[in-house]
Amino acid sequence: MDFTLSEEHQMFRSMFRDFAQKEVAPLAQTTDHEEKPPLEILKKMAEQGFLGATFPEKYGGSELDNLGYCFLMEEMAGACMSTALTLHVHLGLAGNTILREGTEAHKEKYLPDMAEGTKLGAFALTEPEAGSDAAAIRTVAVKKGDEYILTGNKLWVTNAGIADIFIVFAKTDPQAGARGISAFIVEKSFPGFKVGRRERLLGLRGVVCNPIYLEECRVPAENLLGQEGEGFKIAMRALDYARLGTAAMCLGLAEAALREGSRYATERSQFGGPIALKQAIQNYVAESAIKIEALRHLVEYTAWLADKGERFTKEAAMAKAFGGEIVRWVADRMLQVHGGYGYMREYTIERIYRDARALSIIEGTTEIQRFIVASDIFSGYGLKIKP
Amino acid sequence: MDFSFSKEHQMLRRMAREFAEREVLPIAKAIDEEHRVPMDVVKKAAELGLLGVPFPQKYGGMGAGEIGYCIVAEELGKVSSSFATIIGAHIGIGAMAIYLGGNEEQKKKYLTPLARGEKIAAFALTEAGAGSDAAAIKTRAVRDGNYFILNGTKQFITNGDIADIITVMAVTDPSLGPRGGITAFIVEREYPGVRIGKLEDKMGIRGSSTAEIILEDVRVPKENILGPFGAGFIVFMQSLDMGRLTLGAACLGGAQTALRMAMEWAAMREQFGEPIAHKQSIQWMIAELATEIEALRSLVYRTAWLVDTRQPFTRYAAMCKMYGSEVASKAVNIALQIYGAMGYSRDFVVELMYRDAKIAEIYEGTNEIQRIVIAENLFRDFGVRIRP
Repeated sequence: MDFTLSEEHQMFRSMFRDFAQKEVAPLAQTTDHEEKPPLEILKKMAEQGFLGATFPEKYGGSELDNLGYCFLMEEMAGACMSTALTLHVHLGLAGNTILREGTEAHKEKYLPDMAEGTKLGAFALTEPEAGSDAAAIRTVAVKKGDEYILTGNKLWVTNAGIADIFIVFAKTDPQAGARGISAFIVEKSFPGFKVGRRERLLGLRGVVCNPIYLEECRVPAENLLGQEGEGFKIAMRALDYARLGTAAMCLGLAEAALREGSRYATERSQFGGPIALKQAIQNYVAESAIKIEALRHLVEYTAWLADKGERFTKEAAMAKAFGGEIVRWVADRMLQVHGGYGYMREYTIERIYRDARALSIIEGTTEIQRFIVASDIFSGYGLKIKP
Repeated sequence: MDFSFSKEHQMLRRMAREFAEREVLPIAKAIDEEHRVPMDVVKKAAELGLLGVPFPQKYGGMGAGEIGYCIVAEELGKVSSSFATIIGAHIGIGAMAIYLGGNEEQKKKYLTPLARGEKIAAFALTEAGAGSDAAAIKTRAVRDGNYFILNGTKQFITNGDIADIITVMAVTDPSLGPRGGITAFIVEREYPGVRIGKLEDKMGIRGSSTAEIILEDVRVPKENILGPFGAGFIVFMQSLDMGRLTLGAACLGGAQTALRMAMEWAAMREQFGEPIAHKQSIQWMIAELATEIEALRSLVYRTAWLVDTRQPFTRYAAMCKMYGSEVASKAVNIALQIYGAMGYSRDFVVELMYRDAKIAEIYEGTNEIQRIVIAENLFRDFGVRIRP
């Protein structure tokens, strides 16, 4: 047992924190209020090497491991959740999926551009009828000569409006259920690829999220990721890793909420002293801190498992479920600490409250995470459960 | 024991519901997006008598009592928190302070046009440094012959910029504190020196306005003192008791809408080959929420009955507000979760309801203050006086 961080991790962490506080945090309110994608911040991140941080050096990265990636997400989310999610989908979902599943040719072709930020990534799995039930996708891919022809609609594609490279899931064998799904690398410039209207959201207002329409979109056969029929496994693997990153974002956002609330409680005076002297406030703060520390350990433990190459599906689901729930709870209590001021858009906690609500939904709802945890437990008893 | 509503109250509910569904529901989303107070619809509500529901007919009201007013608040709360807020601030606290604390003259002069909806009321208590600690207000009223000169700034005043008549709490004797040192005044918007300051940009209830009211050497005639001199704090606290009850009723309405929407969606949305209503995770959410809504309904109408039968109800009103806002928030949170990503989209009304719901845990006394009020009342029965 050893809970100390390596020097390298400490270095990464303080670099991420400095950048987040200096470059990202000051723009968070305008990013939200003006619903502006954080493109300028992404450019600066590219200069720092963040956009391809997990890639090997030859693709422009610094081989950041899972624990390091969690620090990156935690710090960015603590400064601006919209920026963190944009980065996460680009790197954690799209980039890392190519890195993990792609051929050498795929990596050479796509990863350096993604690391430089000249091309951004997105991940297109969800469809109107396939949210929690991801295997129910209807997008089809038909092989014709040395191309696949993709037809279907994808929904809630984060980064769609600003990305160039999409990981798209489609059925190459519509009769085969989950085993009939394949994954493709699709470029925005491919014929038949269209991006729909940007979604208007409760929070995450700097995030560009759109539907995409594939109208006989022509994808070169060499852009198949893995083998035909491996798409669902690729997606689930990608989501395992991504959930860990999302749990780290929950952690960062919850910490930011606690900072805002605690500071406010010391500054706000009622009944002759700072409200921090009231037990109700103390309880909110203490309970938040307890949940945050529990989440931190769950996140870091899961990252440690992942970095050792061990199975971490259950732990990632736990971290995501717990993170999504506690960040909402903490944001809610810290807004409550702010009283009427917390309801005003000029206060940071108002944005955090709206942003936090997404986290028990995106990348698998809390209900789906609980299913993953339960199915892992029951499989230990030889029982296979259905959602 | 009799849990049935009178014929009159049933008729009132039908009328309020019809108005809410026909006039308010269609604009609920637009007033949020456009950040605008729907004065035309407020006028229509006035024509139906909905701006004076609990007040006696001799003052231009409907005479439907607190039960009647809770019915209206519930029906309005079902379709728009913004609209329920406008009406709540007008009747529930603004005009209510005049009804509870005013003399015959004041009721004739001020309550009557308010009850008829010819004029709009606001209730000005909160200041930058006096939120939960209402007794810490700094607005001063200094006597000058037959007038009082008011100076100060009131904050977060619902209807602040649309109100014609504002009930204002001010310090008349700084040495006495809330017991004897604070007096309530009726202030007309037209009095020289009354100015509207900052309009707040809020997360939700954006179809209602929240304004700063600045009082600069405002000369208020001494006959506009509301209630006994020095007893303003009591007048305002009594008004807040009433406001809290009806806020609970509005939350009851909002929670029911959230439950209905959650169920409609769960019955329609198919995943894993069947409507998600077949999943126990969803069923549990719905069952628990419906149970809490029924508990809230009983609490709200029992409290209204206590008011109408002139029994003490302070602690119960605090419970209505606290529990009602928490049930409503929970309901909207569940609805959003069941909608999934769709619930997070501004194309659907759940998103609006989520933003709206949070304020009910804060305004008209935070839920922390409600807990203090409840505990204070309970401990008093044991002869213990607690501090906040």
